[in-house]
Amino acid sequence: MSEILLQIDGKEVKASEGMTIYEAAKSAGIFIPTLCHHEKLTPYGACRVCTVELETAGRTRLVAACVYPVERNMVVRTRSVKVGKTRKVILEELLAHAPDSEDLRRLAREYGADADRFEKEPAFCILCGLCVRYCAEIKQKYAVGFSDRGPRREIIFIPEVASKACWDCKECFELCPTSYAQAAYVLTEALAFPDRASASAPEE
Amino acid sequence: MENDQIDKIIEKHQSDASSLIQILLEIQRENRWLPKDAIERVGERLEVPLSRIQHIVTFYKAFNLLPKGRHEIHICTGTACHVRGAPRLLDSVQDLTGIKPGETDMDMKFSLETVGCVGCCALGPVMVIDGKYHGKMGPSKSEDVLKNYE
Ligand code: SF4
Ligand code: FES
Repeated sequence: MSEILLQIDGKEVKASEGMTIYEAAKSAGIFIPTLCHHEKLTPYGACRVCTVELETAGRTRLVAACVYPVERNMVVRTRSVKVGKTRKVILEELLAHAPDSEDLRRLAREYGADADRFEKEPAFCILCGLCVRYCAEIKQKYAVGFSDRGPRREIIFIPEVASKACWDCKECFELCPTSYAQAAYVLTEALAFPDRASASAPEE
Repeated sequence: MENDQIDKIIEKHQSDASSLIQILLEIQRENRWLPKDAIERVGERLEVPLSRIQHIVTFYKAFNLLPKGRHEIHICTGTACHVRGAPRLLDSVQDLTGIKPGETDMDMKFSLETVGCVGCCALGPVMVIDGKYHGKMGPSKSEDVLKNYE
């Protein structure tokens, strides 16, 4: 197993092949903020809050630490001015969608992001994919999925599946950084299987 | 659409989940749109979760999840047709059929869509019905054309 040496925030870090920058940083005690990352799930790279500056061969660029694999001799900066500014704008954009998300507000305070910078377009969901991936990868129920694309992309619960799979799980509610997963579920339940809530025991 | 018709299409592709899009397109070719039952059947037979199929059929604009009429009207609203009077044509077709773009009438006779350029700007404004091009369309001419469809 090849060992990879890299530098993060001026510190020499040993990592093994296949690790992401986020994992390498974590093992060295360097904290990188994340939103869509979950250690049990396949990295997804949706929120970009984990953006770091990467220097290779004298050039720097911004990459998502939670998906970018470590390479020999790479130089990573997680706290540069550029990183700070970038995260600030990303948070401001996310806040336009989910202005009341506690997770977002906490990060916004840290990075001085202005929640009112962009006109509000509250979709409430920031499409981090945690609910979708958790349901598919861990629970293997596929009760919630993405629908449509571009600005119309959203998560939807599939009523036929949700009415059977969700009542005793609801684990995605906790994961969701904005509470939208719960809202979407409750709406689906109210519209598609309102009796489920009152029924005490499942049939199967 | 009947299940055995759907099954036949699925079997043609050896019930292979990697042919999912192809299968859905073929079902749509026969049925003009994708009913929910058909989607469920495909999911069941290919062992693909419904949420995945839902993502795919909403992602690609080629899939119709709403019923389509017997005749599909496409009105070009590209730049050339637009300046040649596509908005007026669209208005009159909407009045004649009683439907807006994206809709199908109650008798399932017409479905209406607008499209970007269809590539024959010199004929604008252009209306395409079931793949047949009708050029230099104005409000009254479009009425004559629509009359020919049952
Ligand atoms: S509902 Fe919540 S967990 Fe699911 S994608 Fe949206 S923000 Fe993420
Ligand atoms: S945590 Fe890396 S993109 Fe979301």
